[in-house]
Amino acid sequence: MSTPMGFGRMHRKEDARFIRGRGGYVDDVNLPGMLYGAILRSPHAHARIVSIDTSAALAHPKVKAVITGETLAGLNLAWMPTLSADTQAVLATDKVRFQGQEVAFVVAEDRYSARDALELIDVEYDALDAVIDARKSLDPDAPIIRDDHEGRADNKIFDWEAGDKATTDAVFAQAEVTVTQDMLYPRVHPAPLETCGAVADFDKVTGKLTVWCPTQAPHAHRTLYALVAGLPEHKIRVISPDIGGGFGNKVGIYPGYVCAIVGSIVTGKPVKWMEDRSENLMSTSFARDYHMRGEVAATRDGKIQAIRVKVLADHGAFNGTAQPTKFPAGFFHVFTGSYDLRAAHCEVTGVYTNKAPGGVAYACSFRITEAVYLVERMIDVLAMELGADPAELRMKNLLRSEQFPYTSPTGWEYDSGDYQKTLQLAMDMAGYDALRREQAEKRDRGELMGIGIAFFTEAVGAGPRKHMDILGLGMADGAELRVHPTGKAVLRVSCQSQGQGHETTFAQIVASELGISPDDVDVVHGDTDQTPFGLGTYGSRSTPVSGAAAAMVSRKVRERARQVAAAMLEASPEDLEWAVNESGGAWTVAGTGAGKTIQEIALAAHSSLELPEGIEGHLDATCVYNPPNLTYPFGAYICVVDVDPGTGQVKVRRFIAVDDCGVRINPMIVEGQVHGGLADGVGMALMQLMAFDEDGNHLGASFMDYLLPTAMECPSWELGETVTPSPHHPIGAKGVGESATVGSPPAVVNAVLDALRPFGVRHADMPLTPAGVWRAMQGNPIRTDLAIS
Amino acid sequence: MQVPASFEFERAESVPHALELLERYGPEARLVAGGHSLIPMMKLRLAQPDALIDINGLAELSQLGVEGDTLVIGALVRHAALLADDAVGAYFPIFHEAERVIADPVVRNRGTVGGSLCQADPSEDLSAAFAAVRADAVIVGPGGSRTVPIREFHVGPYETVVEPGEILTELRVRIKPGAGSAYEKVERRVGDWPVAAVGAYLRTNEGMIVEAGLGLTAVGAEHFAAPDAEAYLIGKAAGEDVLREAARIAAASCAPQADQRGPVDYKRHLAGELTYRALSRAAERSRA
Repeated sequence: MSTPMGFGRMHRKEDARFIRGRGGYVDDVNLPGMLYGAILRSPHAHARIVSIDTSAALAHPKVKAVITGETLAGLNLAWMPTLSADTQAVLATDKVRFQGQEVAFVVAEDRYSARDALELIDVEYDALDAVIDARKSLDPDAPIIRDDHEGRADNKIFDWEAGDKATTDAVFAQAEVTVTQDMLYPRVHPAPLETCGAVADFDKVTGKLTVWCPTQAPHAHRTLYALVAGLPEHKIRVISPDIGGGFGNKVGIYPGYVCAIVGSIVTGKPVKWMEDRSENLMSTSFARDYHMRGEVAATRDGKIQAIRVKVLADHGAFNGTAQPTKFPAGFFHVFTGSYDLRAAHCEVTGVYTNKAPGGVAYACSFRITEAVYLVERMIDVLAMELGADPAELRMKNLLRSEQFPYTSPTGWEYDSGDYQKTLQLAMDMAGYDALRREQAEKRDRGELMGIGIAFFTEAVGAGPRKHMDILGLGMADGAELRVHPTGKAVLRVSCQSQGQGHETTFAQIVASELGISPDDVDVVHGDTDQTPFGLGTYGSRSTPVSGAAAAMVSRKVRERARQVAAAMLEASPEDLEWAVNESGGAWTVAGTGAGKTIQEIALAAHSSLELPEGIEGHLDATCVYNPPNLTYPFGAYICVVDVDPGTGQVKVRRFIAVDDCGVRINPMIVEGQVHGGLADGVGMALMQLMAFDEDGNHLGASFMDYLLPTAMECPSWELGETVTPSPHHPIGAKGVGESATVGSPPAVVNAVLDALRPFGVRHADMPLTPAGVWRAMQGNPIRTDLAIS
Repeated sequence: MQVPASFEFERAESVPHALELLERYGPEARLVAGGHSLIPMMKLRLAQPDALIDINGLAELSQLGVEGDTLVIGALVRHAALLADDAVGAYFPIFHEAERVIADPVVRNRGTVGGSLCQADPSEDLSAAFAAVRADAVIVGPGGSRTVPIREFHVGPYETVVEPGEILTELRVRIKPGAGSAYEKVERRVGDWPVAAVGAYLRTNEGMIVEAGLGLTAVGAEHFAAPDAEAYLIGKAAGEDVLREAARIAAASCAPQADQRGPVDYKRHLAGELTYRALSRAAERSRA
């Protein structure tokens, strides 16, 4: 694959080290004298701590320290702020509130001894009734989970609404047709193959703390450590090395990180803590857990008029969801989806339960996953009610290209779109009419085949900063570009890749703007001492925000280059034209052949050349990009499944995905991200589940129980694209990292339920396991968030 | 990273040496072959043996072949070897069909037949396959060797008749003319333990069933077998109605338990459906 000058397919620069096994992850960090930490966790979902005896553990010859909540309370670190202005126990002092909660931290000479010592800690618990079923969390007799909050009398976290209730209710009151459907988007986990962990090294001499940690948001972590631990921010360095998958799991700060830091401060040695798989699945974050009731009002001929939603949101024991401060339900209120309708209203109630905290993670675009699932399921429910074809019903109600920019009933301003074209392309690729004919023939023979459609609109690339912040930190990203005398460049950005290929695509952005080879651009990221401030990589925001910053800072450099070139050519800067041809970018004097390449200009900028007054030498620049709006990528997905009527097994036969993410920088990387997200969607739709039994035992705490999809469950993906550039993004790009994770689950579920149409099944909750499908066929669906009985 | 508690490690040089080591370390010692059940249990600290006795070097336990009218499968035969063996596939397609859905290629390259049976997981696929074909298990101990019918091998979940000082050395299966076999499994995802699975073995003579074997796993079938359904089949023609009735009897004789793989009613339904499917294909093969 040849290297393009700017955008286009090229091999990922980072793969040279990954495919040789030469990546460097946090567990690869080994420092002289380093100690190892291990966490003792609660076996109970809800219990009062009567006593903790650490004496036997401390007597272990290789144990250096045992830290408990009491130790931390002495440092005022027993509780830490969450990303949602709540508090979370670092190590439990009063009660444990979910199974797997952190109770004590052992620091020892090696990880075996640290683990052995956990068994020497004696904790006496007084077990309490647990709140497991979110639907019972607000019952008057429900145990109060957060009795650490003064005066708290229930488990409610918030009530929040969006949209116009009165108008919406009025439309419903007049509607010719209404449909209502309850549905659960179950609790799932991002489950990156690399678990969370940290190496903390506090240097007592310099007072500098260095934390290696696979964080998606290194700068936000640094500021939070400064605020939590009271350390001066310039004395904190966060290094986020190569990350083995994030998917949102590596946004938050977890108790283990704080414990590793305290461990290093207490022992004076570097301390490494790495989660094991069960710890990762049980304690560090989760996603979804939305119990939703959707209602749609429509005309008899299938024009959708309004959508009304009620949500019960299970946030676990501490409200630790990560989303912009203004939006406690994230971006859920984008639930009107891709459709042109008159009114919409949603009410979201957040509740505490005795489950792990977290809430927004796993490639969800701040709850758009839940919103798209809701609306795309509701469209199919309406189609069933009306006897309409789900594709036709969507086509009839999709926003039209001339409506953009479009302000939705809940206040979003969609930047650009051409939805009908995208859906039509997906239908053409699928051979939609032929599939429907095949389905009809199969139904006559008693065979179950289903065709599922989902059309999604994403809203990604947060800020702008005036609307979006996390704990007061505005969502804008810096970038810094240095061009060396020989014309080679180094871009420094604040976000951090977890597999998105930033080292390649961001180099391509700079290359495109400066007319140099991407091989001549190095991207530095993941080290707060080496990069400018910014909010990080999540919510598909890297290309929309940091990518825009990379383009803008390159343009600043290009303008500086114009001034230098003018001096070199003894011309007026206004008379110079920028042009890129196959040999690269150059400023040339209009109407003449005279010009200087960017490499020539770079050398001159660092040389003895006399520059006009007011023009600095060198070609370096910095910028901060504050996005004017989100970008709104969209797509049309069609899934074809076959269901075994005797066993309920689902086989995904085909999956057609047409994505429109605006301008594609590296189409290969876009396709790779789409592939991953589609596989995620198959997993969520068919197999992934974190259920809890009535005592709060986690029933999915290993990969034997929490199933990730494999190539065997995935068809050969059929991808297509349309390109509708974002009008406000410097290069017309939109985010794409989460599109497929958002769009694919409803396509798969709609396909399975379409297959089950002969059984009169209107809805069944994910995951549609063989048992779940069979039970749905019997008219006795499984409650998927609780233990199967 | 999950780390086990400390343990002693010994490598056995021969079967007598392995027996000697078992004697020396006592009942808290464990044999390790493929290790794909034991090592994860140790890392989760569900198992904390004092000593591991590695028998991977014992070539005498890796034999796989036909001796006279008997297929002999050494306890140390890897899943992948069983799956790759043409004679096994020709005489007992049930083993190939079961092996194809056991775990994944990485596990099958290392995991062993004997280890699977001795682990005695109530959802083990091979336990059902061997129960269906009525294999014999050969067990060696300090007093010599003994042969145990496979349907007497498992005492309960995670329990077998192999005593702490003994080693399972091989499985023996009689090869008979006119036999057909098949294996059917429903799993939530490739590589998962079965929600339910059924192996069937049928021998027919002029269209009449003269021998029937049914092995059911993950559904609480005693000794992984369904004797009432087997008895019902003897002397009948293998037609759809007969096989459906046998499947109904087999399903009724199970005692499945609900878990996250499925509720009781579904597992019982599957036991019947898969019994029917396995019997149908076994019958077809017995006629071929």
